[in-house]
Amino acid sequence: MLTQLTHDIATLSRRRWLAATAGLVLGLAAFTNAKAADDTIKVGVLHSLSGTMAISETTLKDTVLFLIDEQNKKGGILGKKLEAVVVDPASNWPLFAEKARELITKNKVSVVFGCWTSVSRKSVLPVFKELNSILFYPVQYEGEESERNVFYTGAAPNQQAIPAVDYLMKDEKVKRWVLAGTDYVYPRTTNKILEAYLKSKGVKQEDIMINYTPFGHSDWQTIVADIKKFGSAGKKTAVVSTINGDANVPFYKELGNQGIKATDIPVVAFSVGEEELAGIDTKPLLGHLAAWNYFQSIKDPANEKFIKAWQAYTKNPKRVTNDPMEAHVIGFEMWVKAVEKVKSTDADKVIDALPGIEAKNLTGGTSKMLPNHHITKPVFIGEIKANGQFDVVWKTPGLVAGDAWSKELDGSKDLIGDWVGKKCGNYNTKTNKCGGQGS
Amino acid sequence: MSPPSTYSCRGRNVPANFLDRLRAIVLSFFLIAAFAVPALAGPFEDAVAKFANDEFSDTDEAIGLIASSGNALAFPIISALQDGRLSADPESKRVFVTGADGKIVDAATGAAVASLPAGASAVRLNNRLRRAVEAALGSLTLLSPDPAKRIAAAQQVFKSHDEAALPVIDGALAKETNKAAKSAFAEARAAILLYKSDASDAEKLESIAIIKARGDQEALALLTGLGSDAPPLVAQAASSAIAAIQSNLALWSMVQNAWYGLSLGSVLLLAAIGLAITFGVMGVINMAHGEMVMIGAYTTFVVQEVIRTSYPGLFDYSLLMAVPLAFLVAGALGVVIERSIIRFLYGRPLETLLATWGLSLVLQQAVRTAFGPTNREVGNPSWMSGAFELGQITITYNRLWILCFTLAVFAILLAMLRYTALGLEMRAVTQNRRMAASMGIATSRVDALTFGLGSGIAGIAGVALSQIDNVSPNLGQSYIIDSFMVVVFGGVGNLWGTLVGAFTLGIANKFLEPVAGAVLGKIAILVLIILFIQKRPRGLFALKGRAIEA
Repeated sequence: MLTQLTHDIATLSRRRWLAATAGLVLGLAAFTNAKAADDTIKVGVLHSLSGTMAISETTLKDTVLFLIDEQNKKGGILGKKLEAVVVDPASNWPLFAEKARELITKNKVSVVFGCWTSVSRKSVLPVFKELNSILFYPVQYEGEESERNVFYTGAAPNQQAIPAVDYLMKDEKVKRWVLAGTDYVYPRTTNKILEAYLKSKGVKQEDIMINYTPFGHSDWQTIVADIKKFGSAGKKTAVVSTINGDANVPFYKELGNQGIKATDIPVVAFSVGEEELAGIDTKPLLGHLAAWNYFQSIKDPANEKFIKAWQAYTKNPKRVTNDPMEAHVIGFEMWVKAVEKVKSTDADKVIDALPGIEAKNLTGGTSKMLPNHHITKPVFIGEIKANGQFDVVWKTPGLVAGDAWSKELDGSKDLIGDWVGKKCGNYNTKTNKCGGQGS
Repeated sequence: MSPPSTYSCRGRNVPANFLDRLRAIVLSFFLIAAFAVPALAGPFEDAVAKFANDEFSDTDEAIGLIASSGNALAFPIISALQDGRLSADPESKRVFVTGADGKIVDAATGAAVASLPAGASAVRLNNRLRRAVEAALGSLTLLSPDPAKRIAAAQQVFKSHDEAALPVIDGALAKETNKAAKSAFAEARAAILLYKSDASDAEKLESIAIIKARGDQEALALLTGLGSDAPPLVAQAASSAIAAIQSNLALWSMVQNAWYGLSLGSVLLLAAIGLAITFGVMGVINMAHGEMVMIGAYTTFVVQEVIRTSYPGLFDYSLLMAVPLAFLVAGALGVVIERSIIRFLYGRPLETLLATWGLSLVLQQAVRTAFGPTNREVGNPSWMSGAFELGQITITYNRLWILCFTLAVFAILLAMLRYTALGLEMRAVTQNRRMAASMGIATSRVDALTFGLGSGIAGIAGVALSQIDNVSPNLGQSYIIDSFMVVVFGGVGNLWGTLVGAFTLGIANKFLEPVAGAVLGKIAILVLIILFIQKRPRGLFALKGRAIEA
């Protein structure tokens, strides 16, 4: 017994020694790699792989890895291969800033693709400004921002919320509005913009109901009953939902169970896509709407090719695609084109080269990077089908240019972002001065 | 509520219409030649062919034309359209109905077809068209032999108050014998007359009385939709009816809040009941409690996956099978955790808190790695979907079952603690460990089993919560705070306290929510609990006696 034990200790320590040596060797290898890294271009991926946001962000990490893989198959950029550096900020906002710093200073990445929530973007902003690097942000957001170091490839409110409300007003003849959202900055700002917009269209205060719920709210009985009550005032009613993440599933379940059908009170959502629907039985949701700039179901050769390649890459024939993924596809191609144009990955040169760069989106159009660092996008309204996909029922005739500053809000209607001519993110067109509201 | 313009866009532009028709005629000729089907191209065939154009406006026209055609095929076509069983081939402009039994027929002729052509796809609908389909089906099923269908159709007409349905309703009302259907028809008739411009004031007043007697939110919607341009006498009667309905509904909304409170309380109780054992009885601050709930939910998911792939017929029993399995999986895990971690930390609450919190992160990430970070779909069996009306409130089946289930779990647990040998040993060990040990009780075995029992019950809670919440690795996190709140508020160490605490918090929350909103309501509850704990640090039902000091 005793000998057995000493033997165990001996093997253990031998193993430990082996492990230590292996670690040292690996470390050395990494060091030499870092030295040899001059012939690769590093791309940072800053998406949460654990914690609450992992549900949405893990897919985006895979998307960037997929795009890098595809680009390397084509021979990389400027004769160099791309190399992904993946970090996990764990849905922890301050950690986003730390990890961003680590990516830029330690790993020396040329560009970062990352963030989902607005608060994580706000948390990394100072780091990107201080260290002068580039962030591509792929998610629809509340706008009211234009930063030199950030490129916003997701939708601004005028590329998602406003067209959706227009559709409901014209096609569904909606007269009464419920603005329901999770209680944080994106829904609050979006609802402020929508409220101002609806009032400018002659909707009265008593025909607008605004409701906020905490993150992860799961008991929707009262709110759904309230919506039902609000909808029985004899006017066509619709719900505009900025409910985020996990809270959507119980919300839709409650709607279905209480028998609210899309033909009575349609719900148009800005945060529900193919990924989110993959976790619910969609039959009771038939006909509820979502507004996005991309749907997996859109028939276009580029889209079909992308879906095929993506499902082959993830080795999952059922893997869905969604709007923020397309935003990364567009952003990635724009970055590649800009780097090839200036033949350098130097942040200043690339930032100056990006406005005006065009890239094909996956729905048959060509998106363009604007001087305010937002892009042009088409807007689609889709109805939920029984198979968890969307059927496009309406789209904008052309591409819509993203407004960094909302024209509906008093505080920001005179502001524009222009990093080409004015070199300013918040230029006031009334006073002709840089620096209005915001940063 | 459906816009009356549904049928009125027939004559939009003549040339296109003419071309459509021409095309349809040519096509029908071709069909006749090809298949020798003895049918003449009439307006019905033209209307059917419109489905193949894949334009919402054409589909809209087709629905109106077919519904008013009187053709025997109209009902199967429109109900197939509603269920997505109507497909059209854009090449040949032929339209097919796939029956519920899988048989395919040509929609225009009713002739059987062997298989769908390769290019055929389901005819698309949007919300506007779905409303048109519902209205059309309503008028087509008004005379159905099944009284339930007649009632549903009458309800549909009540909502749409479409004047075109009036003659049919009058006829149906005269010969209707079923009492419920009769009153549904009377209400539908009242709704039509109320909005009919040439109905007399007397008729309208009578209608208002009928609608007022119905007294629900749809009646309210109908009356408020009338607007102020009605004749003064009618407007006055309508506004007094509205006031009466509203005050009645306000009363019902109190009942409704109470029900929602019970339902929320049952969810809180279910989540907290396992913690009432591990924390309340054993005194272990178990931060990994939520993860036991999550593991129960994932067990349900696995059970359903197995059933879906191997025995789809048993799906409605999936939850019944998941309950014992979830108890075993979570309970076994609980025993392992107690043996490997917690038993070394008894009497050191801070270390226990840190260790179990770390454990909760490990479990979350393990599940995330094994099942992926996205939500997993756990289906509702048919007996847990939908709702029924009780007076003017809607009670959903899933909430009702969860309430019953929670009370059953609570009763079984209570009985177990009181009447079984293990229950006796558990109570003995928690009340006086040294004395129990001297009496020959293997205290460490009892500790492990108690912790396992608490975890197992958390697992069972996971089965129920999978029906109303997301099954994701974060599931447990959202319940841990609430669970501690309930146990502390109810009184640590007292199961009855947990029961009363959960229902009190649930009902208080639901009465605050309509007034203060969901966010403020939650804050208010937390503040109230803090104040309450200041006053009564041991919660609602404090344990008394020497046991506390031990």
